[in-house]
Amino acid sequence: MSACVGSDLGRPDGPAKVSGRAVYVADLAVAGAWHGGAVRSTIAHGRVLRIERKPGFDWRRVVVVGPGDVPGDNVQELLSDDQPILAERVVRHVGEPLLLVAAPDLPTLEAALAALRPIVEPLPAELDFESATRVLHEVSIDKGDPGARFDSPPPGARLFEGTWRTDSQEQLYVEPQGCVAWPADADGTVVVRGSMQCPHYVRKALARCFGIAPERARVVQLTTGGGFGGKEEYPSVVACHAALLARAAGRPVRIVYDRHEDLLVTPKRHPSRVHHRTLVAADGTLLAMDVDVLLDGGAYTTLSPVVLSRACLHASGPYRCEHVAIRGRVVATNHVPSGAFRGFGAPQTCFAIERQMDRIARALDLHPFALRRHNALRLGDATATGQVLHDSVGSLAVLDAVAARTGIDRHRWCAPAMAVPSSNSGRVRGLGMSFFFHGAGFTGSGEELLKGRVAIRLLPDGRAEVAAGSTEIGQGTTTVFTAIAADALGCDPGDVVVAVPDTAAVPDSGPTVASRTCMVVGSVLASACRELAARIGGAAGDFRSRARAWLAAGGDGIVEHVYGSPPGLVWDQATYRGDAYPCYGWAADVAEVEVDLDTLEVDVVRLTTAVDVGKAIQPRLVEGQITGGALQAIGWAQCEVVSSRDGRVQQDRLATCIVPTTKDAPRFDVTIVEQPYAHGPFGAKGVGELPMDGGAPAVLAAIEDALGVPADRVPATPERLLALLEQRERTS
Amino acid sequence: MRVISARSLDEALAALRDATAASRVLAGGTDLMVELAAGRTSPDLVVDVGAVPELRGIRPVDDGLWLGAGTTCTELLHSAAVTAHADLLAIAAREVGAAQIQNRATIGGNLGTASPAADLVPVLFALGAQVALRSATGARVLPVEDFVTGYRATARRPDELIEGIVVPPRPARELRAFRKVGTRRAQSIAKLVVALAIAADGGVVTAARIAAGAVADRTVRLTTLERALFEGLPPGGLADAVAASVAADTAPCDDVRSTARYRSTVLARVLVRLLAALPSC
Ligand SMILES: Cc1cc2nc3c(=O)[nH]c(=O)nc-3n(C[C@H](O)[C@H](O)[C@H](O)COP(=O)(O)OP(=O)(O)OC[C@H]3O[C@@H](n4cnc5c(N)ncnc54)[C@H](O)[C@@H]3O)c2cc1C
Repeated sequence: MSACVGSDLGRPDGPAKVSGRAVYVADLAVAGAWHGGAVRSTIAHGRVLRIERKPGFDWRRVVVVGPGDVPGDNVQELLSDDQPILAERVVRHVGEPLLLVAAPDLPTLEAALAALRPIVEPLPAELDFESATRVLHEVSIDKGDPGARFDSPPPGARLFEGTWRTDSQEQLYVEPQGCVAWPADADGTVVVRGSMQCPHYVRKALARCFGIAPERARVVQLTTGGGFGGKEEYPSVVACHAALLARAAGRPVRIVYDRHEDLLVTPKRHPSRVHHRTLVAADGTLLAMDVDVLLDGGAYTTLSPVVLSRACLHASGPYRCEHVAIRGRVVATNHVPSGAFRGFGAPQTCFAIERQMDRIARALDLHPFALRRHNALRLGDATATGQVLHDSVGSLAVLDAVAARTGIDRHRWCAPAMAVPSSNSGRVRGLGMSFFFHGAGFTGSGEELLKGRVAIRLLPDGRAEVAAGSTEIGQGTTTVFTAIAADALGCDPGDVVVAVPDTAAVPDSGPTVASRTCMVVGSVLASACRELAARIGGAAGDFRSRARAWLAAGGDGIVEHVYGSPPGLVWDQATYRGDAYPCYGWAADVAEVEVDLDTLEVDVVRLTTAVDVGKAIQPRLVEGQITGGALQAIGWAQCEVVSSRDGRVQQDRLATCIVPTTKDAPRFDVTIVEQPYAHGPFGAKGVGELPMDGGAPAVLAAIEDALGVPADRVPATPERLLALLEQRERTS
Repeated sequence: MRVISARSLDEALAALRDATAASRVLAGGTDLMVELAAGRTSPDLVVDVGAVPELRGIRPVDDGLWLGAGTTCTELLHSAAVTAHADLLAIAAREVGAAQIQNRATIGGNLGTASPAADLVPVLFALGAQVALRSATGARVLPVEDFVTGYRATARRPDELIEGIVVPPRPARELRAFRKVGTRRAQSIAKLVVALAIAADGGVVTAARIAAGAVADRTVRLTTLERALFEGLPPGGLADAVAASVAADTAPCDDVRSTARYRSTVLARVLVRLLAALPSC
């Protein structure tokens, strides 16, 4: 029975969102709630001398919370303990919070914030990550003996070097960060409701901040207007702030950032510089790779070690190569901390390897499509960590699909040093491609350590409720869980409800990140549902009557399952050897651009993509993930500039923080490839991040094809293209 | 902050009688509300003219086409009279913000803010428009170039209202063009914007008004280029005339949207392409 998987159930959360009835944190009616805000550093690095209170403000009207008021540890709980909840002696980035204020209304809050002036003695700020020396984390991956290969290359082999850079990117979720916190109730429980991806992360952060057991913190997700990774770790910061204020004020406190504050202080994508040395045989076979990955972590560690890990694990691309050395470092600067963003390091290294492949192809006079296909990982091959791919490898299928759709394999590329392009219309066209994979689920033994749990439980009316910590953030979790549960239970989708993620009422399924919700959490859900279905039996009658009968007979209507890694997966975190991910999604993109020769504006007119998702649980949602992710990648490739001056983000308003609009979107041509993954629900694997990886290299390759200038940095803005063309004119 | 919602022109003018330099008129609010939210202005008085009927309407007058200050971009781009007599305005209005902004943004507000990057202002320059100002004590008319006096600065007195704009009749054989280069296809403020109107008779240029935005502290006329079109191009031809004018008449800067280098280079290229397409050049 498989009625819902593969169908189109629509979006149960859609009507409320479209009609404006959905309750976001700013809409939630909370009697007596005060408004909270933060006094922040205005400089990138400095010693905090004192905080002046301007005279004339009646401080009895507000509550003020400082570092000394944190009942537990003044530490933002995450991978490292380096980030304080409130900075005490030193500030390390613009926007770092120093004091918190709550007031009965917004004008009073603003007046109070304006009356508090931090006096900070500036210290030298490190704002160039390429020269920064303080290393936050390092990763090394070694396969074979690349040193020996580079030292004595076989006859005919050629060495290629390339340096590739990507700038930061803003997630720009529609709804800014926000939450409401209540003071501890009679049994000492602190409650927070808000916009977030990972309620159980927030719970952990509150427990640390208050010095309480996790059970004494209850976190409930509200309707969340997008995340893209931006609501993975940061909501913990907002929640700790609001909860500290609620404690001090003895009443609920709401913090909702306005767009300006959100853009200035929240984490963004890690800027990167990736250096490749590649040894290639005359026929294009990759002989050895040496990759150096450098990321700008910003002021604190946040999730940087894991981002670096994923960046490095994708740095050699979806290619076979016997000898690989990958060295990664993430360094500290005085920028706003970098954090989680769709793709999580992989888009940066994917950009580098894909552009490197183009460079190699041109130098060897091989077709970039043929070079990729020749070296593509196939079933039975081993990745850079030595992971042998046993299952669900859609590499050739996606390559062949985009070739069939676009003829990219027959496209003649222009030479990099060709004469200045010209055309009567003033526009030139170009084509570019990329080939990429993305590990689904947590890295290495992450899922083993996490042990994600899901419960399915019968309600008195006979419907089945999915209880999971995974959140709906616009990507379709509710729909996907409904489809999986309905088919695994053998019931109608109307018989399934999905519980609100509330840490007091749902098990910890792990965070809603890493393309793991459908594949990992969904597989646990499917197995729990199958057990429940077996219990209540497949006798006559509709599902609800059978369920009610089972309950009436005293049957246990709750099944909770825990994730268990597929047998045979082995990972050694110390040596970075083994099975880095349970499986991979595979994809290829072809971008077609038109460049205006006067203005160097780049129009991506068509994006063709083929994506192996294992099984599309809801094809329309999968297509939405693919086109949305690809558009985000296209924006990063050419128009999304995030820059800073003296450590202050300059794109601090929607008027200047540019992302593509629907008018900027290309025509999309999406092919969904299904190479089922044995351990995913109905064969599904992750799709959320994959489409973010390949857009930038494909678009920049197409620009290079159109203009004949080397496009080695994201974003390729018209201003940068002009500088490249002028440079070429000067040197030729 | 005092807010007065005027229901007639007289009420609005009366309300503005004791306006100060800090007072503000509110039309569509698409500029003013943003400035208020960002704390960049704190007016003592706001006079809302959004419901003043006398500020609405597009109609032919003796000396051309009258556009009430409250005419929205949406009205501009749907008006048959505008399309017939001042098509550049309709073309430019379509590139302001996106539909929601176009529904509120007024021509009076575009002029009132006088942003160097405004899209409608260069068009008004190119069309040789006149700005009609009125106060409780009188009325006056200024050429639009005299109205814009500096960076977001105008000749309007605090007690005056922009009542409307007069676009002179379209001469025979006038060639017109508009080009905006933004950061994306919609909801984008100009990196540079060009509007031009050139009248020619038998291959001889008889009138030329070429204006550009976002390349100086205010909207500018490219007078050096205009002169060259009248008096004959320099030996290097059109490209040299354009280059000389960009150097003499503009002063672009680096900012969050673009670079000075890009602005001057691309302005020159856009001008050459637009002018090369004009048969008279
Ligand atoms: C998202 C967004 C996108 C935008 N995109 C563009 C764009 O692409 N191109 C562009 O040019 N602009 C753009 N703007 C700016 C703005 O929409 C325009 O300048 C618009 O024309 C302003 O008109 P308004 O009626 O909204 O002005 P308001 O904000 O009401 O007023 C603007 C100024 O003019 C004064 N004013 C208004 N009417 C009168 C009057 N009758 N007499 C005297 N003074 C008056 C006000 O006091 C105020 O100082 C954008 C704005 C936003 C928010």
